[in-house]
Order: sequence, then structure tokens, then C-alpha cells
Amino acid sequence: MNKVGIIGYGITPFTKEDKKIESVLLDSAKELFKNNQKINRDDVDAVLVSTNNNSKYLSPILSEMVGIQPKIAHSIENLCNSGTNSIVSAYSYIASGMADLVLVTGAERYDSPGSILEWDNSRGEYKHPIFWASIFAKSYKREFSISDEQLALVSVKNHKQAKENPNALSNKTYTIEDVMNSKKLTEDLRLLDCSRPCTGSSSIILGSEEKVKELSENPVWITGIGQKTTSAGFTKNTSFSSMESTRQACETALKMSKKNIKNIDVVEIHDAFSVCEPMALESLGFIKEGYGMNMIKELHSTDNFKINPRGGLIGCGHPLGATGIAQTIEITQQLQSNASKRQVDDANIGLIHNMSAAATSSTVLVLEK
Amino acid sequence: MSFEIKLNDGIFCIPECNECKKIVWPPAEFCNHCFGIVSLKEGDFEAKIIEFSSKNEQYFCIVEFEKTFRIIATIFKTPNIGQSVKISKCGISNGNYFFVVI
Ligand SMILES: [Zn+2]
Repeated sequence: MNKVGIIGYGITPFTKEDKKIESVLLDSAKELFKNNQKINRDDVDAVLVSTNNNSKYLSPILSEMVGIQPKIAHSIENLCNSGTNSIVSAYSYIASGMADLVLVTGAERYDSPGSILEWDNSRGEYKHPIFWASIFAKSYKREFSISDEQLALVSVKNHKQAKENPNALSNKTYTIEDVMNSKKLTEDLRLLDCSRPCTGSSSIILGSEEKVKELSENPVWITGIGQKTTSAGFTKNTSFSSMESTRQACETALKMSKKNIKNIDVVEIHDAFSVCEPMALESLGFIKEGYGMNMIKELHSTDNFKINPRGGLIGCGHPLGATGIAQTIEITQQLQSNASKRQVDDANIGLIHNMSAAATSSTVLVLEK
Repeated sequence: MSFEIKLNDGIFCIPECNECKKIVWPPAEFCNHCFGIVSLKEGDFEAKIIEFSSKNEQYFCIVEFEKTFRIIATIFKTPNIGQSVKISKCGISNGNYFFVVI
């Protein structure tokens, strides 16, 4: 397999703006080419679009808008981890030799149809994500004797970190009390425990070893990929207090990169809801089951941005198709020592965790300098 | 799908493969194990509460049937983990399935 690296990226602020998906897509792609003048657009072999938007033919449309006539052009949808799925597809095209340069652009509107999985009738009338999140929260709290106040710290920490991210939807900090006093959506979930749907766009360009060396002065390599789908239906999860697909995806990614979880310096976690952060940290193997909040408390009290430096989904907002790409851009910036006030010390190896539909599927990427 | 026709009439059935006898959930015409034809079992099935939460004082819970498959149902009285329940009402409303257990 050919080596695959990240050459450049473009990201624009996540907002609540009401604009056409095609314009949202263009925002970050334009930014990418502005930031990476050395890239000759005629050399782009493939354009992949990550979105849950129902509009048609978005990849050829984006290609035309940025003046590219790629060999390969198509969309990729896999709910909330569409972004990293697109990066995995780009990786595969390059690793196999089918392409040398691949543009991946993710975009979503605030009113994305991807929030609800209509097919999952086992959820009855409880199809909105707040219901699976409430079940996760209740189950996690029960199993490990964790309180709502303890979980609220995830939101406090991630909003604090998002304040240092100019592209984040949130620009406010909150206290535990603020989170506890925010609107109660269910018995186990408050408004500030949730990531918010928003309009956002992020683009990344991947290349073969030769292209990376030619076009990037500060290359970052994708050295590990792990994916697992355990089901589509939420009620088929074997546990509601841990993430089996995440555990398996991480194992595969670490094996491929020949790394141990202890080698990871900086991490993007799919904190769709507060409870997801400790659960994911445990399922990824950073800490033993039930102790995720201890780790988060320690990091927060020392202002260590190791977990979700950009502010996570809770702080940044969650434009589904753009999220996994934005996470990957953050880790790239961290490894390039280019994350300004969010910079984590000695970041050499990073990990991205991106999942869909109550962790019924997960993607884990390992990035290295 | 015949499961939905029954459900729409307020009857909850368990889909089972004619060939390998496996419960096929979510309901489908063919078994996801042996591709045999699936038929519907009617009955007064018992389920166990696995987890629950509530919204606006109304409880919703994950219940498990035959130690095999689970659905999310409404329950009006305070639920307990491990409690045995049965479907008291079900149907399709605005395209969504709904289940109530007691
Ligand atoms: Zn069968």
C-alpha cells in the first residue's frame, strides 16, 4: 500500500446560517485552495463530498465550482461519521494507486435530514437522538455511580476549549451550574449537554507520498484506520454504557499504526452528548471503564487541551458531514504545532474518533507527523 | 409488509423464520440468517425493561423480548429495571411505529 498524507485543509466558521448546500461546500474548498497555492487543481484526481444533505450530484457540482475535472467524483453518506468515511475512501483511492491527489469536502446545513434515522422503527416514536443519548446517560450514570453534575463538566470543558477556536459555533464559557440550569430536555439530558446542529464546511486534501513531499512543508501522515459497524438500529447495541464499535475500530487503527493508546498525544472525540466523551475515552482504552470523568476532571483542572482541543462537537457545533473532516483538520493543526492557543504540548501522534447513530458505527484514525 | 399491516391494526407480532425458527428483527420478509420466509407469531408476549428515562414526566423504556430483540416503548407508571411488561397498545402514527407497555 502506498503511504497517504495530508497536504492541506480549509475550514470556515460553523454558524446557524441559512444558505444553499452548494455554497456551504464551496466555502471551505475555496479556503483550502487559497491556503495552498502550490496545488495545481488540474492534478486533483478525485473529489469526494461528505454530507447528509439530500441534494443530488454534489461532487460534480463542487468540482465545477472550483474548476476541477476529476476522474472520480461522488458523495459519501454515513450519518455523523460521513466525514471520516470520506477520508477513508480518499485514503483507499490513493493507497491503491487509483489516485494521487484527492479533495474531500464535507458540508451540512443546520436543518440536516441526517439527525433522524427514520428507518430505525425499533425506537418507536423516540427517534430523535436525545432519546438514545438519554438512555446512554442513564445507563452510564447507573453503572458507574456518576451524577448529572459530574457529566456537566464535559460541556464546561469543551465550551472553554471552543472559545479558543475561531471556527466554533460557541463563543461562551459556562459553569457546571449553567449546564445544570440549562433547559431540561429529558430526565437525563440538558440543552448544554448536547451538540447543536449547524451550518458548516470543512475540506482536506490528501495525497500520495510523492505528492505530499512535493506540496507540503509540514506533512502529516494517516498511519492507522479502523472502522466497525455493529448494527444500524440503536436497540441492538450490546451495551448502553460503552461503545463496542468504537472499541473494535480503535483496536484495528492502533494495530495498523503499530501504536499503543498510551502513545497518543492529542485526541478528537465524538462528544455528540456529554456522556459520549467519558464513554468513548473508556472504549478507546485511554482509561478503564467508569473512570472517564476522572480523566476529564484532571485535564480540565490543569487546562490541558489533550481531549477535544477544538471544543468537541458540543463546543464547535455538529454539521454532520463536516464534523469528521473538521476533527481531522484539528489533529493536523495540532501535529503541525499550528493550533495557536489550543496547542497541546509535544503533539506527535493524534487520534480521531467519529461515530454515527448511538455508536452503532465508528471510525478511528491515527495521524502522525 | 404484513408486520406493519398487523401493527397498524394495533396487533404486535413477532416475526419468525419458517426455516430456521430465528426471530427476524427488525421485521422483514426474509430471514437475515437463511433467507427463509418469515411469518408472524401472535401472542401476549412478555418483555423485560432494560433501561429507561423520561421526557416531560412521561417514561420511555427499552424493553427486550425473548432475550432477542428490543424496542423503545412508552410506560405510564414508574418503571424498574428488570420489570416484566406486556404491550398494551401499539400502532403506526404519522409514519412512526409506537408501542406502549404496562
Ligand atoms: Zn432463517
